[in-house]
Amino acid sequence: MTGTDALLAAHRAIEAVWRIESARLVAGLARLVDDVGLAEELAQDALLIALEQWPEAGVPDNPGAWLMATAKHRAIDHLRRRSRYERKLQEIGRDIESRPGPDPDDHIRDDMLRLVFTACHPALTTEARVALTLRLLGGLTTTEIARAFLATEPAVAQRIVRAKRTLATKGVRFEMPSPGDLAARLASVLEVVYLIFNEGYSATAGDDWTRPDLCHEALRLGRLLTGLLPREPEVHGLAALMELQASRLRARTGPDGAPVLLPDQDRRLWDRLLIRRGLEALERAESLGGAFGPYALQAAIAACHARAARPEDTDWERVAALYRVLVHVSPSPVVELNRAVAVAMAGDPARGLEIADAVAADKALRGYPQLPAVRGDLLARLGRTDEARREFERAAALTGNERERALFLARAADCG
Amino acid sequence: MRYMVLLRAAQPDTPPPADLMEAIAKLGQEATVAGALLDTAGLAPSASAAAVRLAEGDLKVTDGPFAESKELISYALYDVRSKEEAVEWTARFMRLHRDLWEGWEGEAEVVKVLGPEDFAPPA
Repeated sequence: MTGTDALLAAHRAIEAVWRIESARLVAGLARLVDDVGLAEELAQDALLIALEQWPEAGVPDNPGAWLMATAKHRAIDHLRRRSRYERKLQEIGRDIESRPGPDPDDHIRDDMLRLVFTACHPALTTEARVALTLRLLGGLTTTEIARAFLATEPAVAQRIVRAKRTLATKGVRFEMPSPGDLAARLASVLEVVYLIFNEGYSATAGDDWTRPDLCHEALRLGRLLTGLLPREPEVHGLAALMELQASRLRARTGPDGAPVLLPDQDRRLWDRLLIRRGLEALERAESLGGAFGPYALQAAIAACHARAARPEDTDWERVAALYRVLVHVSPSPVVELNRAVAVAMAGDPARGLEIADAVAADKALRGYPQLPAVRGDLLARLGRTDEARREFERAAALTGNERERALFLARAADCG
Repeated sequence: MRYMVLLRAAQPDTPPPADLMEAIAKLGQEATVAGALLDTAGLAPSASAAAVRLAEGDLKVTDGPFAESKELISYALYDVRSKEEAVEWTARFMRLHRDLWEGWEGEAEVVKVLGPEDFAPPA
């Protein structure tokens, strides 16, 4: 190994440590300085010092503690320079002295939760929540976030800077939501994680049909949340939904990169381990009394597919019934459209088309490519091929995803 | 990406220290909550194992115990972003053994599980 190779290897090892430690590090520091932006800068400073020192000295035995101690010293330096933080400095000084408690696990859990809720704070735009969550909880670099969202690096950097500034100017404290706010705040957290997952699962833009790395980030965040909030049924519901959907990732893209839809997938390519984990998480959500949560319901639907070894084994009546409940629990035209498909698959395409037509009449989904795509599919099932073709062509014109466009055009061509 | 970690060591004469087991459980919990550890379990001594071999067209089943000095002790399945991350979790696991079980020696192999990323269509 040359010197440069050795240095690169050392940097990769440090990067791995960073990924494992960064969220806890930022969370712990944020509790000390009550400022997420400052905490992240301090953590980054500690990382830079590690990058300087570890390649020579080796990775310390307890790298997390090393990074925390280093960042805390930076914090004290920083606060010393700012006299208005005098009081806080004393607090931190005390804290550092009173520290190495033998078992600060509960502490860490609490700090991590605060970090989760701060990164997904309602004062921030959705875009900002997504970027901050990936950055602070996922430990992703700006470059990685930019690549994942097909954005430029300066744009993402700017988004993060602005988000931190918003948190500071609006005086958002590093704290848990009040009990009355918890449900709404948790919903916002789950929404952000699922948004990240979905952007990876069916990329809304670009040349690729899926971006699995993004799905995996979301999966990890979902698993992290089940550890932090083990009694919240919807947390398990979301984890179940993502594990089950991710189990199909490998089957969802053909060898040429083209999308493969559920009925056409080679089910032997489904990931059995993720299915098992998804079903277990769903059971947990249900046993916590969360069977009717929106994520648990969607997971239950995904589970119907996961349990079917062949497409014809799918219990479509159960799928349709679950969609019916889901429409009540969280009304959405997209859910209603999915119900239309399930009803058709359960043996009543005419009724399915009625439901889809009612969705179309509502205009809420104008511009949504799946609407004409579903109508096209239902019309084709009913033998109305001319109308079906026009619908598929409309779907092709509406989608922003190249792979999906090709798929819709192929369906149109099939209509003769 | 997934990594399978296979731990090999001589079967010990004494059970592992309780402190070590506690520390391993804690590390496992931490890795699970981080979303990295998917599955892990200890493996029974080879006395209860069997091997199915195919050689020169003959299928042969052999019951344990096997003569190897080192046996499979446990496995862990990680979902991580890089090999280095799997190595880091494994190093933590091995360090616990060093610190809490005097004289113990063993080897953990960190093997990549082939995934979709290994079958990417040619660009």
